[in-house]
Amino acid sequence: MLRKDLFRRPKNEPEDYGRYTAKAHPDIPGEMCVLCPSCKEILFTGVLEDNRYVCPKCGHHFRMNARQRIDMIADEGTFEERDGAMHSKNRIGFPHYEEKLKQARLSSREREGVVCGTAKIGGYDCALFVMDSGFMMGSMGTVVGEKITRLFEYATQNSLPVVGFIVSGGARMQEGILSLMQMAKTSGAVKLHSDAGNLFVAVLTDPTTGGVTASFGMEADVILAEPNALIGFAGPRVIEQTIRQKLPAGFQRAEFLLEKGFVDSLSERSGQKEQITQLLSLHAKGDLT
Amino acid sequence: MSAIDRLAAARAKGRPTGMDYIDNLFEGFMEMHGDRRFGDDPAVVAGIARLEGMPVTVIALEKGHNTKEKVKRNFGSAHPEGYRKALRQMHLAEKFGRPVICFVDTAGAYCGIAAEERGQGEAIAENLMEMMTLRVPVVSIFIGEGGSGGALALAVADEVWMLENAVYSVISPEGCASILWKDPGKVKEAAECLKLTAEDLKTLGVVERVVPEYDGDLQKICGELRADLVETLRKNRRVDPAELAARRYARFRRIGAD
Ligand SMILES: [Zn+2]
Repeated sequence: MLRKDLFRRPKNEPEDYGRYTAKAHPDIPGEMCVLCPSCKEILFTGVLEDNRYVCPKCGHHFRMNARQRIDMIADEGTFEERDGAMHSKNRIGFPHYEEKLKQARLSSREREGVVCGTAKIGGYDCALFVMDSGFMMGSMGTVVGEKITRLFEYATQNSLPVVGFIVSGGARMQEGILSLMQMAKTSGAVKLHSDAGNLFVAVLTDPTTGGVTASFGMEADVILAEPNALIGFAGPRVIEQTIRQKLPAGFQRAEFLLEKGFVDSLSERSGQKEQITQLLSLHAKGDLT
Repeated sequence: MSAIDRLAAARAKGRPTGMDYIDNLFEGFMEMHGDRRFGDDPAVVAGIARLEGMPVTVIALEKGHNTKEKVKRNFGSAHPEGYRKALRQMHLAEKFGRPVICFVDTAGAYCGIAAEERGQGEAIAENLMEMMTLRVPVVSIFIGEGGSGGALALAVADEVWMLENAVYSVISPEGCASILWKDPGKVKEAAECLKLTAEDLKTLGVVERVVPEYDGDLQKICGELRADLVETLRKNRRVDPAELAARRYARFRRIGAD
């Protein structure tokens, strides 16, 4: 009943992907149902879509892909993608990486794990990056690192605030040390953007872990987090293996980080665009009256 | 030597640790404890010393030698306060114009409840950002294991050097084998594939120098390191601080830029 790509409405389907499609799509009924993993309510997809992929009964935030997020947050028709054609290569000759990349491109219909560009949000110009969990769990390889670095450099040159939607399993193992180096590279770009007096707002979504948490995920001036999003450095399973005990309920969830002082505010999707617009407005340059 | 053999050497019992290098390379090391926020992390040793007369800030991830020491040092896996202690000393180095020398030897930043509660990710991220624009020379030397973000948090440097049997990797070969291949038996293959040896990393442009180990002769290793450090730090001290930081950014900026 639950199709894997149910929530994917690609806007930029690359022209040559059609030929990789193994079989024709089965007939998809106009209305489908999904089970809310939190309250077990059966929801119509149409209802969910109209509600920004938030369960109307319990408020569970479903995962969204990058294009859906851009549609939700950018003013209509204002998003202009940058570096959209960049794609990864197998730089250290890691076994089966090419196949993994191909699968990721097919299933996510993106060329890499982050979509970058410029947009207006509530009328305010900004640089926007949105990671996509459908592409190898949003892991950061050299292309993700390079695209984000370029976006921060562009934003620095043009005195633009950066808004980033973050979802990531961490560094991309298949690129070895080169992916680790992207943590330093992106951090450097964030620092230069920051030193020039520009605003960076990060929205941490489920899940944000590993090398992305330990770099630009935790380097924003304002860190927002979607309700119940898993956010941490080490993944819960790694911690359980290390300490050989079960983790308490709610550990590493957005509300936990808020309590511990690592998140500025929770960000429910219903008010998210307004919240970000307000932040952009409060930090707008040359408008201090 | 194969990658797995290098890994074994990097982790071998009796291999010199951070404190051994501090004792052999510098004069009059004064240890400075604590992050002035939460506490003192024994996995990170930080302080001030002289190198051929020149005041320097020294920071080391310390594993310890015997069981008692290892437990005290948490096997070289730092908590957030360890990284924050290091950063505090780096900021003091910047204030007083002292070069910074870091010794890296860790399986990784500690993965535990307290580490997460106190912001392990935030602590590492802060170091990456702040080290990138530090206005004094920074050299990081990998003396044993370089485990992921917990190693990088002391390695945003003008130059990164590695002992010939040291390793540096985004994930341990054990982690790679079990997470990616679901086969804990494939550690040897993972070690090969990750390209974690000093020689491989030099080829990839991630380290500047591979330091010969002279069959473990610490005096000989330190003799060479001392001469190289003096030369590099004296050279970099003459560079304008803003230019030095710009070069450091450029060093990382080019990785994966083509
Ligand atoms: Zn629900």
